[in-house]
Amino acid sequence: MSASLDTQNTVRELSQEGYKYGFVTDIEADTAPPGLDESTVRFISAKKEEPEWLLDWRLAAFRAWREMTEPDWAKVNVAPIDYQAATYYSAPKQSAGPKSLDEVDPELLAMYEKLGIPLRERAALAGVELAGVAVDAVFDSVSVATTFKKELGELGIIFCSFGEAVREHPELVRRYLGTVVPQNDNFFAALNSAVFSDGSFAYIPPGVRCPMELSTYFRINAAKTGQFERTLLIADKGSYVSYLEGCTAPQRDENQLHAAVVELIAHEDAQIKYSTVQNWYPGDAEGKGGIYNFVTKRGACRGARSKISWTQVETGSAITWKYPSCILEGDDSVGEFYSVAITNNRQQADTGTKMIHIGKNTSSTIISKGISAGRGQNTYRGLVRIQPRAHGARNYTQCDSLLIGDRCGAHTVPYIEVRNPSARVEHEATTSKISDDQLFYCRQRGLSDEDALSLIVNGFCKEVLKELPMEFAVEAQKLLAVSLEGSVG
Amino acid sequence: MMLEIKNLHARLADGREILKGIDLSVAAGEVHAIMGPNGSGKSTLAAVLAGREGYEITEGSVRYQGRDLLAMAADERAREGVFLAFQYPVEIPGVNNTYFLRAAVNAQRRHRGDPELDAGQFLRLVRATLKLLDIGDDLLQRAVNVGFSGGEKKRNEIFQMAMLEPRLAILDETDSGLDIDALRTVARGVNGLRSPDRAIVMITHYKRLLDYVEPDYVHVLQDGRIIQSGDKDLAAELEQRGYGTFADAMGGDAA
Repeated sequence: MSASLDTQNTVRELSQEGYKYGFVTDIEADTAPPGLDESTVRFISAKKEEPEWLLDWRLAAFRAWREMTEPDWAKVNVAPIDYQAATYYSAPKQSAGPKSLDEVDPELLAMYEKLGIPLRERAALAGVELAGVAVDAVFDSVSVATTFKKELGELGIIFCSFGEAVREHPELVRRYLGTVVPQNDNFFAALNSAVFSDGSFAYIPPGVRCPMELSTYFRINAAKTGQFERTLLIADKGSYVSYLEGCTAPQRDENQLHAAVVELIAHEDAQIKYSTVQNWYPGDAEGKGGIYNFVTKRGACRGARSKISWTQVETGSAITWKYPSCILEGDDSVGEFYSVAITNNRQQADTGTKMIHIGKNTSSTIISKGISAGRGQNTYRGLVRIQPRAHGARNYTQCDSLLIGDRCGAHTVPYIEVRNPSARVEHEATTSKISDDQLFYCRQRGLSDEDALSLIVNGFCKEVLKELPMEFAVEAQKLLAVSLEGSVG
Repeated sequence: MMLEIKNLHARLADGREILKGIDLSVAAGEVHAIMGPNGSGKSTLAAVLAGREGYEITEGSVRYQGRDLLAMAADERAREGVFLAFQYPVEIPGVNNTYFLRAAVNAQRRHRGDPELDAGQFLRLVRATLKLLDIGDDLLQRAVNVGFSGGEKKRNEIFQMAMLEPRLAILDETDSGLDIDALRTVARGVNGLRSPDRAIVMITHYKRLLDYVEPDYVHVLQDGRIIQSGDKDLAAELEQRGYGTFADAMGGDAA
């Protein structure tokens, strides 16, 4: 049963509201000429005044990338990407590296305000020190501002742009970069490794519990520009950090490429909670424009009893291709993946996770909620691998799909490889439709169409949404409702 | 007049006519029972009154408190005080029962221009209503109707009805399949709602509920038409003779 006509009409009207982050900021930019060859890589590295070892690392990545072909196993239709037509570096001018917020272009600050990102450091609330969220904002290719640096520094926490980390903490970057996602890991990771421009870096020293959410806010502004940022996050022994990531982009007719790499390392007894609310421009109702979001995210639970937890709410992008994964090396380490992915109109998502159990008694949990509406195509793709040494490993996977309307698709592709007989692996999957019955029941109690839809969808996603930090949970709920406007039909 | 149905004809999308000219007037303060065999159009009548889609009204009119009910959207009817207790209450996974009900109560209050109830005020209202109906609070923290037994679902409908205080309550076979305790809860809910400014329409297959809630009028629905109306004694007569022979005696078309 599809949703009622009335619902369809109401929702269609609402959809005219469209994507509210679709503005373009008029800012002078320092941009590399289009095209990609070794000289582009050298140009970027030189712009960033990088050390020799990093240039070599990039060049190795570029040479690997040249030999690779785009993956074609995902269930997505990608228009051919002309890698030579794209621009690989665009930085707001005067990007030599703002030392403080006062040096940041006021146009940029105004834009972040428009997006609702509190860049200005808020005075610590009375009696509560270090309250709030520390933000690193990445605009096109360059990190423009990082807040709360001083307060974090007093605890020995390093939180800065990737470029700054290369300058100030080269030993840490060199030690960890590429150890979770090698340069030649896959086509898009290799591309990123060759041309990444900036990103965020965080290091939590042993025994420190990071007192605030660390957050990166990504924004693609320039036209025909790819965004290739890298995030490297290290939680040393016994430390804890919660990290948030948000993203938007202007509304443009052409597709833009976003190929990021995120590497997480959790040492003994350390915990990393990584949350993403992805709201890149999804393209218009007919599928014109939108971001190609081809991202490699992976965390290594290196130490015993370490834990990495991924939570993602994916509402944007024309195409989403990402599999935030955990390599459970340490004994008794824990990996979690909580995901909500929405595809509406012509959006396509092929997303899921990989849980690689290597250590003894490692355990992983996967909760995936896929919502398809319009002509959206939503695929859960997940791998659970239990290595021979992983005695007592456990996995629980739950994959639920919700269909709205009758022109969308939901697909579940689980891969399970068990090489240790003591392992316990559970997989549950359901597919359901928002029924006329549910909508009518809500409406008979006085709820409007939109409220009914949002109520049902939020209920469906509840197990995932409750994993989000408070700051994000409310935003995510609203985003779900907005993303589904115009969904039925 | 609370509800005035005149010559109501309704058919399904496939063209099958289900309601073939219903006439019914319900005044404030009255309780009407509509009885009839399976397939007579009872549930269709309830659905059409509540605004469920999938039916085409080909003839006739329905006025509710003087307004054209059929011109109002389902959610507007609800906010204007029309409540339907579902024969098969719907499950909504992940949505807390209390949260759902608060959203419903506040949607109505907004509509009437009353301030919304905060969590504390709402909870006090919930406690008072539970006490009135003499039911436990075990359903409150569960997801709406998910994993509820048949009796629990019906109790939840009655609880919602009591919370929403409708002007016109329509109960669609709320009594079917209930044990005696659950039936008493339903009866308490309906009797508690009886007041001079409310009307209640109970749709039922059996006379059983009418032993606990005494109707002012009883109507017999057969093949999409009301073939007989009377007082509560009509229900007893109906139960004795059965629908088939009753229809024959009335000269109606037996189903």
